[in-house]
Amino acid sequence: MPASQTGTFRRVGYTGWSAFRFKDPTFPVWIGAAILLVFLMLLPLGAIFRASLWDDTGLTLNRYFEVFTNEQFLKAIWNTLIISTWVGVLAVMTGALLAFLVTRTDLPWKKPIRALVMASFVTPPFLGAFAWTLLAGPNAGALNKLYRAVTGSEEALFNIFTMPGLIFVMALYSFPFVFSMIANVCELISSDLEDAAEILGANKWRTAWTVTLPLAMPALIGGFILAFLQSLSLFGAPAILGLPAGLHTITTQIWALFQYPPRLDLAAAFSVPLLLATMALIAVQKKILGRKGYSTVGGKGGQKRLIHLGLGRVPVLLFVFGILSLSVFLPYWILLKAALSKAWAMPLTWDNFTLHNFSFAFFEYGDTQRAIYNTFKLGIVTATLGTLLATLIAYVTHRNLFRGARYLTFFALAPLVIPGIVLAVGLFIVYTRPPLVLYGTIWILFVAFLTKEMPIGFSQAESTFKSIHPELEDASRIIGANRLISLKDITAPLARSGLIAAWSFIFIGVIRELSAAILLFAPSSKVVSVVIFDLKEEGQVGVIAVLGTLMLAVSFLVILGVQWFAGRDVVATRE
Amino acid sequence: MKKVGLCFVMLAGAVMLASPVTAQDAALIQAARKEGKVVWHTSLALPSSTAIAHYFQNKYKGIEVEVHRNGSQRVLQRFMQEAAAGIKNADIVHTSDAGNFELLKDKGMLLKFTPQGVAAFPDGFKDKAGFYYGMRATLSVIAYNPKVISEKDAPKTWKDLLNPRWSGKMVTAHPGYSGIIMTHVLALVNAYGWDYFRDLAKNKLHIVQSANDPAGVVASGERPVGVNGSEYFYYKTLKQGNPLKIVYPKEGVPLVVSPVAIAKDAPHPNAAKLFTEFIFSKESQQLLADKEGLYTGHPEVTYPADKPKLKELKLLTADADELEKRNAEIKKRFTELFGA
Repeated sequence: MPASQTGTFRRVGYTGWSAFRFKDPTFPVWIGAAILLVFLMLLPLGAIFRASLWDDTGLTLNRYFEVFTNEQFLKAIWNTLIISTWVGVLAVMTGALLAFLVTRTDLPWKKPIRALVMASFVTPPFLGAFAWTLLAGPNAGALNKLYRAVTGSEEALFNIFTMPGLIFVMALYSFPFVFSMIANVCELISSDLEDAAEILGANKWRTAWTVTLPLAMPALIGGFILAFLQSLSLFGAPAILGLPAGLHTITTQIWALFQYPPRLDLAAAFSVPLLLATMALIAVQKKILGRKGYSTVGGKGGQKRLIHLGLGRVPVLLFVFGILSLSVFLPYWILLKAALSKAWAMPLTWDNFTLHNFSFAFFEYGDTQRAIYNTFKLGIVTATLGTLLATLIAYVTHRNLFRGARYLTFFALAPLVIPGIVLAVGLFIVYTRPPLVLYGTIWILFVAFLTKEMPIGFSQAESTFKSIHPELEDASRIIGANRLISLKDITAPLARSGLIAAWSFIFIGVIRELSAAILLFAPSSKVVSVVIFDLKEEGQVGVIAVLGTLMLAVSFLVILGVQWFAGRDVVATRE
Repeated sequence: MKKVGLCFVMLAGAVMLASPVTAQDAALIQAARKEGKVVWHTSLALPSSTAIAHYFQNKYKGIEVEVHRNGSQRVLQRFMQEAAAGIKNADIVHTSDAGNFELLKDKGMLLKFTPQGVAAFPDGFKDKAGFYYGMRATLSVIAYNPKVISEKDAPKTWKDLLNPRWSGKMVTAHPGYSGIIMTHVLALVNAYGWDYFRDLAKNKLHIVQSANDPAGVVASGERPVGVNGSEYFYYKTLKQGNPLKIVYPKEGVPLVVSPVAIAKDAPHPNAAKLFTEFIFSKESQQLLADKEGLYTGHPEVTYPADKPKLKELKLLTADADELEKRNAEIKKRFTELFGA
């Protein structure tokens, strides 16, 4: 250590890296967590760049050349861009409208509506996509049959196995992200400016259009980018709805490159544009949302009043439930029906009723029990250790424990820009060869999930710490507790509900994950989502319906349990 | 000492003469029980492979069969991925793409093992080098939904499927997933050339992965015509009371023989041998015919009366070597023609 720095330390006393190291016995914990985080993020990305740029002969751009001159790959990129753009637009329209109605109008039944939006969020998109193949397959789909029966038409009302069909389903399971984002903003916009507009003679819709909307604009654009990114990284829904129509997206194409003989180098090269695109979009989003050009959106200032829908209440309510029935009621109903039917396309009569799907899934089919065990083990372990790591990191960045600590935020949020399948490509390259072969065990999935869920855990923990004043902790430290003990005994209990929310988000994220698991599982380390995807490829409709129903039921039980435990509506206030 | 030894040899000889199989089996069963488990990577339809695992488990209590069912090409992919990472997990490999076994044999990844009784099987079921044998066979056929299409209108030949009237009404499975479809495509390419598939693709087919999936798609009416698919699964679906009719085209029906082999690095080699003996026994082969609608190579097995005899059909066969050599080409061209 240079003398000048030591001098600074002596003079300033408590700040700086070295001061911390000497004074705090818990230092290894903080620095260990930080190193682990950086390692988690850099390893897979490094592996991807390396695999895409190096071959036996050295540095080469051949893979990029191969990827970007191949017509099929270019088509997959093009399809992905179109799909994601439309999903972004539709998700923003639906999510924002619903958020506005729930936060700014006197719409009745707001709590059930929020709960149902939450249910859409919890539903894995691949399961929703599967349910929609049963609802809107052009010939056997329940809705199309109904349409034909009612109108006598020969044509189908919709064909879900098309690009619009895929966009529609992906938007259904992306809008909840936008909803929670916009709902938070809408709750913060005060009514003062709106009042001003109304005093000047604008009616309430004109006010909404000219005042509220512009105020919410940054959030809308942010929501668009979020939904766009979300659909960019989805694998299950495009595989289930796109492939039958001969439609590849980037993610399904990367997955196809793993087929024997695997082309990991091409998969890596093909992952890089996806990675760069998401990075660019996140940068844009940050720029837009980070610019505090709308200071009226802030704190607790001002009041907000609800717009009276008047006679429109009932039609608006019906409209809202119409949307929610597309994402929740109809898919759940058809899943339950398929689980209980011998032939899913037939009406559920006594003749068609069976419990065989359940008995097969639970007692005959060996994968079910193994997969459920693996899934919950991973869910619990990842959620627990993930919350712990996220808490430590958030604590380090929030209290700025050592120099450069704030850069950890970047690493903790970095997985936002790494689509699950890209992360999986990197992890597969790293962990299928010595020194550390994790492939074949569930621990490669654990690393993937821990990495992928870090942003959610971190932002939840960070916002929780922001709301807790450090003075109580300072008191405990003055009495002589070290940082870890203070964190455990003082701050963590105060942050309890926030940390429990972080735990449940990670848990749900893990049990519904498919896009990384599909590349990383081995036969002995299957999880439920992968089993469902395998069953889908063979067309085992009844068994999928059983497992899907089970998965949803458990997810809801966990959320309810967590809410009961935390004593408040933690999950509905997702950032 | 010498006398005792001689006595023992004679005694042992007498026992072996009396029941030559059981003595050998008893040792194998004991060794297998010690291992306690056999890991079976299989492309046989999930209900069928689960059923066989249960037959085995009931007969040999204490030996668990861990079934990993996937499409042939996925089974190969997983097996290769594990091998590349140095993981020794699979005991038995079973797919419907005979080419897979040529590949695995060439790479030295199979254990040479000849189950009893396979000598009597037809040539198409046997690897000359003795590494793999066909445990079952099926056909790739056309099927339609009689609720939607009358028998008069139904397609009867492979070329009938090229008629534009079937546009948007047909389903195909995928050779990049299914060994049955891989064999099907090779057999028809050899018969009609790639032009056949180029013209077929113009009819905008619904693409599924598994050769078993078209049965459900056709039975539900989602697409009323299946342009290929495993006959045993169509047959099983039909027997469950679903609206289905199977067409065995007169021009020839692709015959798919699905081999089984033991992995060289099998962690449970004795259980693997016992399981292999079990599935080639007359008892099991008859079960495959009776309960699962499959054909087998066993000369004494009888088949349900409502299934055509193999010798009554004109069969199109595909050679294992050719399947292996043209695997990549078939996947690539099929994907280019059908889009995914």
